[in-house]
Amino acid sequence: MAETSACDVAIIGGGPSGLAAAMALREAGVAQVVVLEREKQAGGIPRHCGHPPFGLREFGRILSGPRYAARLVETAERAGIDIRRQHTVVALHPGGSLDLATPDGTATLQARRVILATGVRETPRSARFIGGDRPQGVINTGALQAFTYLEKQRPFARPVIIGSELVAFSALLTCRKAGMQPVAMVEANDRVTAWSPYALAPRLFGVPLLLETELIEICGSGQVGRVRLRRDNTEVLLDCDGVILTGRFVPAAELVRSSHLALDVGSGGPVVDQHGRCSDAAYFATGNLLRPVETAGWSWREGRRVGAVVAQDLAGDLPAPDRVLSIERGAHVKLTVPQRLALPRLGTGLGDFIQLRASDKAGGMISISCGDRVIWRGWRNTLPERRILIPLADLALPEGADSIRVSIED
Amino acid sequence: MAQPEAGMTAQAALGRNWDVAVIGGGVVGCAVARRFALEGAAVILLERAPDILAGASKGNSAILHTGFDAPPGSLELRCMQTGYREYLEIRERLNLPLLETGAAVVAWSDEDEAKLDGILAQAHENDVSDARRIGRDELLAREPNLAPQARAAVLVPGEHLIDPWSAPLAYISQALAEGAACLRNAPVTAGSFDGASWRLETPRGRITAGHVVNCAGLHGDELERSLLGECDFEIRPRKGQFVVFDKAAAALLRTIILPVPTERSKGVVICRTIFGNVLVGPTAEEQPERDRANLDRRMLEELHASALRMIPGLAPIPVTATYAGLRPATERKEYRIGVKERNWISVGGIRSTGLTAALGIAQHVVALYDGAKTATRAEPQWPRMPNLADHLPRDWQQPGHGEIVCHCELVTRREIEQALTGPLPAGDPGGLKRRTRAGMGRCQGFYCSAHVAAISAGRLHG
Repeated sequence: MAETSACDVAIIGGGPSGLAAAMALREAGVAQVVVLEREKQAGGIPRHCGHPPFGLREFGRILSGPRYAARLVETAERAGIDIRRQHTVVALHPGGSLDLATPDGTATLQARRVILATGVRETPRSARFIGGDRPQGVINTGALQAFTYLEKQRPFARPVIIGSELVAFSALLTCRKAGMQPVAMVEANDRVTAWSPYALAPRLFGVPLLLETELIEICGSGQVGRVRLRRDNTEVLLDCDGVILTGRFVPAAELVRSSHLALDVGSGGPVVDQHGRCSDAAYFATGNLLRPVETAGWSWREGRRVGAVVAQDLAGDLPAPDRVLSIERGAHVKLTVPQRLALPRLGTGLGDFIQLRASDKAGGMISISCGDRVIWRGWRNTLPERRILIPLADLALPEGADSIRVSIED
Repeated sequence: MAQPEAGMTAQAALGRNWDVAVIGGGVVGCAVARRFALEGAAVILLERAPDILAGASKGNSAILHTGFDAPPGSLELRCMQTGYREYLEIRERLNLPLLETGAAVVAWSDEDEAKLDGILAQAHENDVSDARRIGRDELLAREPNLAPQARAAVLVPGEHLIDPWSAPLAYISQALAEGAACLRNAPVTAGSFDGASWRLETPRGRITAGHVVNCAGLHGDELERSLLGECDFEIRPRKGQFVVFDKAAAALLRTIILPVPTERSKGVVICRTIFGNVLVGPTAEEQPERDRANLDRRMLEELHASALRMIPGLAPIPVTATYAGLRPATERKEYRIGVKERNWISVGGIRSTGLTAALGIAQHVVALYDGAKTATRAEPQWPRMPNLADHLPRDWQQPGHGEIVCHCELVTRREIEQALTGPLPAGDPGGLKRRTRAGMGRCQGFYCSAHVAAISAGRLHG
C-alpha cells in the first residue's frame, strides 16, 4: 500500500547541487530536509569520475570524483540530512506532492518546497541520428566511467572518442587510467570545444586529434569494428572496437516535461526566475538541470544559494513578485538562465547574473534590449559551450517593461 | 559443455526423433512451434542466433492489424484475421498487453482524399465493418495535435498496439511448457531426407525430425535452396528505419496515424508504442544484405521531419531511439506458404503483417501438415509473461523488486533476474533488452549499461 509522508523540503537528486542545497537548508535551521536519490549511492556523477580535480571550492583541497562525492554525502548525513537512497521520483504534482518508487513499492511524499536537482546526461547515439550498424560498444562518457570506475570492467580496448568538450578529455583520462588506448579524438569543428590548452592533452597521450572531421557511420556486427569518417570531402575508415560519444549534454528534465511545470526550450530545463523558482512556486531548481553544463563546483555553489533562498521562502522572506519580466533569446543565444526576473527584488538564488550560452560562432558583442532601447552592451568570449555571465546589477531595467531580449551581435 | 537448454538439455534434444523441426525463431516460427505443440506434435525450434527474434521480428511497428487494407480473399488476410482473433482470445491467459487505439488513414491532399472511399470499401469487403469515414472536424476533435492540413480519414477502431517481443516469447514459452524444445545458436548448415525423416546438421549437433517447417524469414530461400535444391521464392529484404520519441510524446496522440498507402508500401506510420513512446516509421528500402539493417542519417532526419509535419507538437520532444528492421519481402506481394516434397512446408514472404498473422499462419501450417503427432497432451499450460506495457501495472510498483536498475524504463533487478533465468533465458544483450527494456529508454544506457552488464556477466548464453 502506498505510504504517505511529509517533510519541509524534498530535494530530488543527491549530486553536488542537491546535497549543497540540503546543507544550506540545514544551516538555515530547516528541520526536515529529505534528499531523494534513485541510485544505491548518493553523490551524483562525480562518483564515477575517478580522476581529479574536484573539491577545491567545497573542501579547499583537490580530490578525485569518488572521494569528493563520498565527502559530500558524509558531510550531509552528519548534518542530519535524510538521504533516501533507491527512491525514484516518478511524478511531480502541484504544490509539492511527489509520487515515489521505493524498494518497498510506491509511496507519496508531501513537501512544503521541492528542489529539483536531477542533473544532466550526454546525448546518446540515437538522438544524434548517427548512421550505420548498431553493434555493442557505442556508449557515452557517463557509461564508460560507470563501466571502469564502478563495475571495474573494460567495455573495449581501442575506442574512438567523438567530441572535444571538457568531458571528452575526461573520457580520455578514463581510458588511459583503465588501460584503453583511444585511436583518435574526432571533432567536427575547426577547433577544440573545451578551453584550448586541453587540445594538448591528446597529443601528450599519443592520441591523434582529428578536427573538421565528421562521424558518418558506425560499422560492425556484434562489437564495433570501425567507423567511417569524413574530412575534406574524403571518407576514411578507422579501425576501432568502441565509440565514446562525449558531451552534447541535455538536462535530465523528464520529470519536468511530464509535469505541470513550464519547460524552457532554450536550456532544456525548467523555466526559473533568478531565485531558481519554477512556474509553480512550491518548486525550485538548481544545478545542471538548469542548463548544460557546468562543473561540479559551480553546481555545488548554485545549490548552496538556492537552498538558502528556499529557507528564506519557508520563513516568509521571499514574497511573491509584484511583476515578472521575461528574458527572451535573440540572435545566436542558445539559452539564458534564468528565463524570467521576479521584480522588484533582485537578491537571488542563482547568482547575481544572467547566465547565457552562444548557439553558434558569432561576434563577441552582447546586447540586451528592451523594445527598441539597448539597455546593456558588453564584450564577452562567446564561443559555444562557454560560460557567459552578465551582472544583474548592471542592468537598468526600465519601469513597466515586461520583457528584455539578449542577443549576440554578428 | 552441455548447458541447460530451453525445454530440455541440448543432449536430449539431439537424441530424440522429433515430429517437426521448425527452422527460425522469429514471431512466425514461435507461433508455429506453439501450434504444433498444442496439437500434440513433438516439435523443436532451431534458431541460428543466440536468441529468438534476432531477424525480421526484432524491429517492427508493433501494430495488431485488422486486415482492413489487406488484399481481399488473400491468404494473408485470412491469416491476419485468424491471428488477430486468436491473439485477443489468448492474451489474458498469457498476460499479453493490448492498447486499444484504433487507427486513422489520414488524407493530407486532394489526391489522398480521393482514395479514401476505395480504402473504406476494401475494409468493408474484408469484414472490417466498423471502419468508417470521418471528416476533418471529427478527426481533429479526436486528435487535436494533428497538423491542421489533415483533411479527412478512414477510422478503423479495431487496429491496436501490442508488445512485439512478449507475444512471440509467450508463444514459444507455451510450446516449451507443452514439451517442445528450442535450440539456439543452431543454424541449419546441411540436411538430408531419407524418405521418412530429415537429418538437420547444426553446430550444436544433428537434429532428426519427420517434417521441416521453414520459418527462416530473411534466409528462407537460402535454406530451401541448400536443403531442397530449389526454392520458388526469392527473398528481397526491405529495410525499415524508425525513430522513437520520448514518453512525453504519448500525450500528443491516441490513434495510430496511417498514410494513404502507395503501391509499394503502407507508408510511414506514426503511433504510440505499448511502452509509452511514440514511433514514426518505417521507411521501405530494398537492399541485398539480409543481416545488416543499418541506419542512415538522412533517412532518420526525413522521418523525424515527417513526424513533425504530422504532429507539430513533437518538435521539442527528444528522440529516445532509432532502429532499423528488415522485412523478408519476396519478388511477389503475397505470402509464400506451401507444402513442398520431402515433408517440407515453406513459410516465406511474411512481411510487415507477420506479427498479427503469426498465430493464423500457425493454424494454416498445422492444417497443411499430414505427419505424426506423438506427444500426449492434457489441458495446456499458460505461462504468464512479465508485463512491460506502460499503461498496466509494472514490477517497480510491487515491493521486493530489489532495485530499479534502468531508471528511464523503470526496469527492476527482479525483472532482469527473471529474464536471465526461466525456461528461455535471454541469449544475448539484445534478447535481454527485448525481455526487460533495460537500456532502451531515453538515456540509452548512460546510467545503467555498466550495471546491467555486471548483473548479466557470464549469464547470457543462448
